[in-house]
Amino acid sequence: MSQWTDILDVNDIPKLGARVVRHGTLDIAVFRTADDEVFALEDRCPHKGGPLSQGIVHGRKVTCPMHNWNIELDSGCAVAPDHGCAREFPIKLEGGRVWLDLSEVSRVAA
Amino acid sequence: MDMSTPMGQGPKMKLVMVGNGMAGVRTLEELLKLAPDLYDITVFGAEPHPNYNRILLSPGLAGEQTVDDIVLNPLDWYNDNNITLHLGKKVVKIDRTARAVEADDGTRAEYDRLLLATGSNPFILPVPGADLEGVISFRDIADVDAMIRASSQYRHAVVIGGGLLGLEAANGLMKRGMEVSVVHIGPWLMERQLDEPAARLLQKSLEEKGMKFLLQKQTAELVQGESGRVAAIKFKDGDSAPADLVVMAVGIRPNTELAESSGLHCNRGIVVNDTMQTFDPRIYSIGECAAHRGIAYGLVAPLFEQAKVCANHLAHYGIGRYQGSVTSTKLKVTGIDLFSAGDFMGSEGTEAILYSDPIGGVYKKLVIKDNKLVGGVMYGDTVDGAWYFSLLRDGKDVTELRDHLMFGQDHCGNLGHQGINKAATMTDDMEVCGCNGVCKGDIVKAIREKGLFTLEDVRKHTKASSSCGSCTGLVEQILAVTAGGDYYAAPKTKSMCGCTDHTHEAVREAIRQNKLLTIPQVMTFMEWRTPNGCASCRPALNYYLISTWPGEAEDDPQSRFINERAHANIQRDGTYSVIPRMWGGQTTPAELRRIADVAEKYAIPSVKVTGGQRIDLLGVKKEDLPKVWADLDMPSGHAYGKALRTVKTCVGSEWCRFGTQDSTQMGIDLEKVFFKMWAPHKVKLAVSGCPRNCAEVAIKDVGIIGVDSGWEIYVGGNGGIKTEVAQFLVKVKTPDEVLEYSGAFLQLYREEARYLDRTVHYLERVGLDYVKKKILDDHEGRRALYERLLFALSVERDPWVERAKEGKLKHEFETVAA
Repeated sequence: MSQWTDILDVNDIPKLGARVVRHGTLDIAVFRTADDEVFALEDRCPHKGGPLSQGIVHGRKVTCPMHNWNIELDSGCAVAPDHGCAREFPIKLEGGRVWLDLSEVSRVAA
Repeated sequence: MDMSTPMGQGPKMKLVMVGNGMAGVRTLEELLKLAPDLYDITVFGAEPHPNYNRILLSPGLAGEQTVDDIVLNPLDWYNDNNITLHLGKKVVKIDRTARAVEADDGTRAEYDRLLLATGSNPFILPVPGADLEGVISFRDIADVDAMIRASSQYRHAVVIGGGLLGLEAANGLMKRGMEVSVVHIGPWLMERQLDEPAARLLQKSLEEKGMKFLLQKQTAELVQGESGRVAAIKFKDGDSAPADLVVMAVGIRPNTELAESSGLHCNRGIVVNDTMQTFDPRIYSIGECAAHRGIAYGLVAPLFEQAKVCANHLAHYGIGRYQGSVTSTKLKVTGIDLFSAGDFMGSEGTEAILYSDPIGGVYKKLVIKDNKLVGGVMYGDTVDGAWYFSLLRDGKDVTELRDHLMFGQDHCGNLGHQGINKAATMTDDMEVCGCNGVCKGDIVKAIREKGLFTLEDVRKHTKASSSCGSCTGLVEQILAVTAGGDYYAAPKTKSMCGCTDHTHEAVREAIRQNKLLTIPQVMTFMEWRTPNGCASCRPALNYYLISTWPGEAEDDPQSRFINERAHANIQRDGTYSVIPRMWGGQTTPAELRRIADVAEKYAIPSVKVTGGQRIDLLGVKKEDLPKVWADLDMPSGHAYGKALRTVKTCVGSEWCRFGTQDSTQMGIDLEKVFFKMWAPHKVKLAVSGCPRNCAEVAIKDVGIIGVDSGWEIYVGGNGGIKTEVAQFLVKVKTPDEVLEYSGAFLQLYREEARYLDRTVHYLERVGLDYVKKKILDDHEGRRALYERLLFALSVERDPWVERAKEGKLKHEFETVAA
């Protein structure tokens, strides 16, 4: 059963930036694009676990600060020719507020 | 209602390609990337094979690779991309009025756009016996098969033509066990690529392998034996030689037969313009059959450039232009290293620098004209080929490099790959790229399996040479050996990144001329292809903006790499390191106490003294950073930034019995004045109080040495990947002059260097003479530069103070609980 939870105001995330949302020991990177789209990925690059939240956001991608892998925000997957995906979480934007489905998050964190 | 066709979508346009070779298929690949659904594509190939790597026929013949190894696009690729493929069908007619082509078996295909990629044909000497059995050329898989068959049944092979192709054929046949003689009309081998001394060395080492040479021989006739097959070759001087197999490798001709018969304008190739379009606007041509500005290219790199341009126009993008290429050559005979480019023979007005070691089998010749490298040939040691070729292509002034030009750039560097600079001597499990841990075997595998051709491709797929770049030379060598061909013909002007075609210089100029103040403004003005750039161009743009318009342009934290956004260095576990500033490397008991307290209070796991005379606190949690800075109460050390890092000093005349100047105070003054300086890359300074040079100034961006009569200033040193000794700029008398001259040099670098160029790279590009003119000869200019630097620094604030005490950008350091 989904468990949508109001997390923060979209304006608390910088445009072309990210915030780290912590649930237990699980860090989730919540991204905001130039067009105010929001995405949530586990804050771990599929390459060597770099924190994606710290990368530079461009278009609908983020570049991992560790070794410059480009990750697609909507799928969590690395841009070819690199392989691998970061886990994505259900997220939505309603009336300027960012909501996460914590049921999915708790399942992973457990 | 038929739901399979979306409404409002008309039938697709029809693209027909004649020829199924490397250049043509590459064009299709580029086109499919740009516009996958624009065309219904039909391909006619005269050979019964899908597209294969023709360059690798030589290793194929030599038994080093199989036919399957060299296929680039298997049949599945055509299927997957819905391409109708007609193999073994030769197109014999173009009906330009009806816009259709017709093959020899009657197959017909209509087109909206036609791409002629018919390649070239081997030139067959018109001598009696040229049509005998056992006389072939060296052009396709069928030829290679014929040669392999002959090698198992016959003994004597004769290759006519001592050029690149002929020697590769001869080498292959020899490896297959035949006795091979190479007949050549010229006085030495490969005269289009080599001068006589280099060719003699080549000949000698091939003779040692067992190859025989018949130079300055003109073929008169090929003689038929009793079996009906060729048996001997006769020369015009009356000599003859046994020959069970004759391979003609005397040259190629653009295959223009089909184009000419349909009335297209041809002149030593199918004539095309800079968009690869023929005189019939519906028909394009590319590859060895196309004559662009009078030249039909035969090397893979220019043809792939053509492919890119042609695809762009076929996709209706209409923005690419092919403007010709400078090419270089390598011979693919295992164990032989040979490189040549440009005007290697020399002509009126050129001079040559020579290096010759006949016993060691090394010969190098560099041809210079008007202080520029215009050509070169190398035998036995070609490690620096890529570097020479880039000097040549860029038309760089080599005056300052002249006395060590011959010894190369040490292009492969000397760190990270055990000092080895010859890829051929490496085993598969040896590491090539020390940064990314890539072994030779990984690179070879990627090149083979993914069909890579360029350095860029290899970097993308394997990451080799994509970080510090010091192994670039090695990777290029591996590429040349594994994929064959030439990899140096990259475009002359390099764009900033994939988001734009503009160069760094053009972007900077536009920012200055048009007073652009934000990244979106630049991107709109310069017509960026991406909505908000990428991780490569955004930091560069941000630097160009704030350095050009200090105080006016806004510094965009989201366009800075994380270290400069968080003002600390991210570590491999996601924690950060903090290095507070200690002016000139001097500290106090009170500072040391605070550092110790902070390390304990925040449970910082590691405390280390750095090479730049600072103390590094490693393993700080990001959310602790503002508190750590507040408790330290010391200025930001900028150890995380493309900025002024440290000024390293010796103790100088205050304490040292040898000291002639107060180097510590000089260092403190320099560091206080240049504090907060952002730059294209990190900047390190040092001051020594005497020529014993305990502060190691020779490897710093700006190094100062105190002597009895004043101060010597050195610039452009580097202690990183490739050690570079700083060059002497000037000697001055007073500390104020040290500040002004150093500051003016740094400002020049800040204003003119490309983002991520260290001072050494900047100096390499513009030359020390240019810097001297700006700093030493032009007094007004020097003062103006220094003033501009001081102004830029006056608007910067200490980022740690802003964040620790004023709460700037708090969100950066806070996590959200959920």
